[in-house]
Amino acid sequence: MKDKLGSQAIFQKISTRFNEKITIPTHPYGLLTFETNNENIKEILKFLKEDNELKFNYLTDITGIHYPEQDLPIGVIYHLHSLVNNVRVRIKVFLNGDNPVIPTATDLWQGANWMERETYDFFGIIFEGHPNLTRILNVDEMTVFPMRREYPLEDPNRVDKKDYFFGR
Amino acid sequence: MNNYPVYTDNDPQKETITLNLGPTHPATHGVFQNVLEMDGERIISGVSTIGYIHRAFEKIAEHRPFYQITPLTDRMNYCSSPINNMGWHMTVEKLLNIETPKRVDYLRVIIMELARISDHLICNGILGVDTGAFTGFLWLMEEREHIYEIYEEVCGARLTTNIGRIGGFERDFNEIAFAKIKKFLIKFPPILKEFEKLFNRNRIFIERTSGVGAVDPETALNYSWSGPILRATGVDYDVRANEPYSSYEDFDFDIPVGNSGDVYDRYIIRNEEMWQSLRIIEQALQKIEKEPQGVFHADVPEFYLPPKEEVYNNMEALIYHFKIVMGEIDTPKTEVYHAVEGGNGELGFYLVNDGGRSPYRLHFRRPSFINYQMYAPMSAGMLLSDAILNMSSLNVIAGELDA
Repeated sequence: MKDKLGSQAIFQKISTRFNEKITIPTHPYGLLTFETNNENIKEILKFLKEDNELKFNYLTDITGIHYPEQDLPIGVIYHLHSLVNNVRVRIKVFLNGDNPVIPTATDLWQGANWMERETYDFFGIIFEGHPNLTRILNVDEMTVFPMRREYPLEDPNRVDKKDYFFGR
Repeated sequence: MNNYPVYTDNDPQKETITLNLGPTHPATHGVFQNVLEMDGERIISGVSTIGYIHRAFEKIAEHRPFYQITPLTDRMNYCSSPINNMGWHMTVEKLLNIETPKRVDYLRVIIMELARISDHLICNGILGVDTGAFTGFLWLMEEREHIYEIYEEVCGARLTTNIGRIGGFERDFNEIAFAKIKKFLIKFPPILKEFEKLFNRNRIFIERTSGVGAVDPETALNYSWSGPILRATGVDYDVRANEPYSSYEDFDFDIPVGNSGDVYDRYIIRNEEMWQSLRIIEQALQKIEKEPQGVFHADVPEFYLPPKEEVYNNMEALIYHFKIVMGEIDTPKTEVYHAVEGGNGELGFYLVNDGGRSPYRLHFRRPSFINYQMYAPMSAGMLLSDAILNMSSLNVIAGELDA
């Protein structure tokens, strides 16, 4: 199946609508990637989903990432897929570390529910408006967000796996 | 279902029963807990509790070099672990821009389709058990054994296969492996036909399954479903056709779609996919004949471990060996998303690399996890016995659910 709509054309369409609100795109391995902020993300997701030409109707994945050295260390990464045009897009939003809050996508896709709960569980990202933002894979009593960088993997028996062996 | 008054557990007026289905219940085929509110046989509402076998693979993966992450992927969907392994290899190959020879692609396709067959065999066999027909399951189980024997011949392992390496396979398929694949292609179709004869037009089976858990395509897409259960609703989304990997574009195969999205449709889709997998394997065997013999990995000495005897006798091989094992290889600082069609949906690997020997962040898009979230909402209003069937036909694998 061939892409009916190239990623150039897609970005053209998005950027005419959200001119200042998104960053210059990159295309790692052909996948259109751009950043935005937590004020505009909801509007962009809604536009991408409901636009008649783009039709990014399929939410592939939501996940988080942590770069402790950045000003805005906590990232949320969305992968959307337009099944009609057979093209994917990746959107990143970076949030401040003390109070990472981002609007939920559950009203656009029901499937975002558990993806957001998982992201909350591991990174402590608050999805505002989520119907049930509780831990999902970790135990309820847990107080930390284990995928953040400040929590190293506890593995006392294997010194060969320490971070400094990985150049970190 | 709002007309049921809500009472606390100890209230004498409470008319519903709170039932713990799982986490260890023989009808749930894995570690699944659902706390159900029951009115007699009927489910009013349910809450899924997951995470019982969470093993923090994403965290562990941040501390393992690429080649040591393969065994972690084994333990996700352990009914079709070769697909997970190869999905991971292909992700790294995409990251490193390694192009694999056609023969490697075809060998991979054979193994992945065998894995798909073994995955669907279990699912449909168990579905039979849940409807009260044990025979079909035992009949198919023998065939899974034969698939596992092929794995054994190729990599030495059966369940958690750790099959292949980044760049190809660790060794070429031997003659016995090819003989076993060919034997399987002859022996398996009659058995699958017999299995279909037992179930497809069986009145009891149809009455138990048709109309159960029916889902319309809009809801399925809204819940990000993928794999056979999405195709059963009528959406023709298959990663193998939409974004062909491992030379799937060279093969001629159909993507079966259903129309009602109920348990019966899912069963039929899985059976039909097995026939298509057999078709693909046959084509792959023919294509391999035309490829140069003995090619089983890409020519990338920087990333593919040299044979051990060369390491002892050849300076270059020794250097590469050292570099690969100690993680001195250069990798691009970028990110990659690669998806494969797993046994029960789109299995995605999102890899963020910072140039070190282990991923900066690795996220698995696990189809079981995403497919399963609709289970509790869709169970409301169902009979308990139907909900069991529904769970079994979603083919949720606990290892992949919890990662």
